[in-house]
Amino acid sequence: MELTPILITSGAIGGVGFVCGTALALAAKFLAVKEDPRVEAMEEILPGANCGGCGYAGCAEYAKAVVLEEESITLCAPGGAEVLGLMAHAMGMDATAEERKVAVVMCAGDSERAPRKHLYNGVADCAAAAAVAGGDKLCSYGCLGYGSCARVCPSGAIEFVDNVAVVHPDLCISCSACVRACPRDLIKMVPESKSIHVLCSSKDKGPIVKKACKVGCIGCRMCLKLAGDAFEMDGFLALRNYDIPVTTEGEVIVEKCPGKCIVKSGESEAEAPAEPEAEAEAEPESAPSEEKPAAAQEEANA
Amino acid sequence: MKTAKAQFKVMGGIHPAYHKDLARDKAIEIMPLPALLRVSMSQHLGAPATPTVKKGDEVLRGQVIGEAAGFISAAVHAPTSGTVKEVGEAATVMGSTAAFIGIEPDGNDTWIEGLVGMPDWATAERTALVAKVAAAGVAGMGGAGFPTNVKLSPPPDKPIDTLILNGAECEPYLTADHRLMVEHAEHIWAGCQIIQKILGATTVRIAIEDNKPEAIAAMEQAMADAEGDVGIAVLKTEYPQGAEKQQIYAITGREVPSGGLPMDVGCVVENVGTTLAVWDAVVNGRPLTERVTTVTGAPVATPKNVQGRIGTSYADLLAFCDGLSGDAAKVISGGPMMGIAQPSLDVGTTKTTSGLLFLAPDQVKTFSSMPCIACGRCVDACPMYLVPAELSQMLEAEDYDAAEELNVLDCIECGCCAFACPAPRPLVQHMKQGKSRVMLKRRQAQQKKS
Repeated sequence: MELTPILITSGAIGGVGFVCGTALALAAKFLAVKEDPRVEAMEEILPGANCGGCGYAGCAEYAKAVVLEEESITLCAPGGAEVLGLMAHAMGMDATAEERKVAVVMCAGDSERAPRKHLYNGVADCAAAAAVAGGDKLCSYGCLGYGSCARVCPSGAIEFVDNVAVVHPDLCISCSACVRACPRDLIKMVPESKSIHVLCSSKDKGPIVKKACKVGCIGCRMCLKLAGDAFEMDGFLALRNYDIPVTTEGEVIVEKCPGKCIVKSGESEAEAPAEPEAEAEAEPESAPSEEKPAAAQEEANA
Repeated sequence: MKTAKAQFKVMGGIHPAYHKDLARDKAIEIMPLPALLRVSMSQHLGAPATPTVKKGDEVLRGQVIGEAAGFISAAVHAPTSGTVKEVGEAATVMGSTAAFIGIEPDGNDTWIEGLVGMPDWATAERTALVAKVAAAGVAGMGGAGFPTNVKLSPPPDKPIDTLILNGAECEPYLTADHRLMVEHAEHIWAGCQIIQKILGATTVRIAIEDNKPEAIAAMEQAMADAEGDVGIAVLKTEYPQGAEKQQIYAITGREVPSGGLPMDVGCVVENVGTTLAVWDAVVNGRPLTERVTTVTGAPVATPKNVQGRIGTSYADLLAFCDGLSGDAAKVISGGPMMGIAQPSLDVGTTKTTSGLLFLAPDQVKTFSSMPCIACGRCVDACPMYLVPAELSQMLEAEDYDAAEELNVLDCIECGCCAFACPAPRPLVQHMKQGKSRVMLKRRQAQQKKS
């Protein structure tokens, strides 16, 4: 058996391999893309939900922004205190977690309480329905119930109970995607510990609200009288001021509200009756102690 | 003067049932003044007018009650003399809300003094004529309501050589323009000459569909002595021959570029009703205070072409036509193809209310949309060379970038695709939604830049 062709072949293949290997080695050295290892580490810390709540296209983009562009580390709402702590540690910063916020739909006008003015038979999307004769609900501020918020919720926390959106606070990851999706701006992010809400967004005057909905704010200001600064007015609509807790005496407004639109969260949801009670008990005691120092500090600053 | 068939055939199009016989032969009837007129400040395309009167003011017919707010806007005038009963916000025909002025007529119908006409318009300055049209608050009466004085002031780098008078009235049911041409042909022709003088157009075509032989005959008679390149273009009866881009193509063979206006191809299209309003504004100096509306549909007791004041409520219009003789399941402001369904009869007519259509329960279907089966009927029907099937699926997936690339903004919302769809998918609604989303996206991008 002749040896020469074998030697030539292996030599040629070896030579090609050597040349290519050298080229690759040089390319790896001179064309290397330097990536900050902290970006990858940061990406590992972030929850990976890609919800977009921080305003970036996904967790990877936010990680990059935090490490390279000095973006604030407090923007990841779904991560909560745990992720914030890890991020602060990784970046060598100090951070104090704010209270977790959950989404609440400020409308309770279900199909029984808030009548419809016409039959809508088009695209099942809230913005589309709102564009046809101003929406099919008599109330021009209320939840249309075509599910635009539920479709964007990454955690499936939004349920439609009798044609009105309800957010399950346990499932909510605080990303605010629903807030951006609602064409009527009905969804607000509120501190989790707060349980008393004004579930109405109608700025119409009392008589119009009464005609349009059985559970609408008529602008009577009774909540301001009974619960003081925990409520404030925006024209004919009462708004909850979440910075100031509702006192035990003030809680009577839940029964007294003539529009029946001030409710304790959870109570209207039949499947979780234990929670709201615990929350209700907790609020007047624990919430003030949490907030008083903050309020005092604000006063001192002023 | 010549009468000839339009040279080109429009792409796509459909043949809905026309139902024009309900009101075609009903002469225009002048409606007596109702108890209250609700005049919307959003009568036209562009910025709503700003109210200039307050509650309790006495107004005279033709008095300005809303000033034009901006370049693309039109003034609103009191439709009769009387007292301002309320100034407030109310739902418009389009579904949004806008300011309105409620006027209680005093019954005297006194015109405001100082309205001067220009019977000698042939020797007048162009700018003086346009100023007359602007002062009269004339806006496109075919449906879109584009302020006419803006249309009549093209920039100097866009010379206009062709004026097309749109008397196609391709919407089923509607006969208001048809009756105007039959009864007011001479004034329409005079208005046409005024517009021709303003624009300096050399070619004039009156576009009429071939299902209106009476209107063609009336216009022929009125224009018998006309000189120059003037004629009637007889269009094949097909929807949407009344859409301006399609009409320009059918008559001249020119295609308006994507995103462009008729003036980009040297054309201006004016509705015949608008032309009549221009004549009234220039020759008599009268502001636009009334229009002809076809009140029709199977459940209407006596379908009529009603000449009513702007601001007449739909309920009053229906009452003038002896109310309903059967059940009505749907009310549409305008024609069945492009009109807007109304949740209430408590709205007033505007400069663009060409029709008020009532449909019986057996003519109205409710349906749920099914997936696209890719049959391509919408593509065949689309007169704008779009692919509605693909666009609607993109818009369902909220992929507005892709929809923009496929020219969703070119959609004229004529409804041919939805008419042809067997699925049946709400294609027009998808397009409308998509267009507003793409426009919003563009505005946001522009804001970011600045």
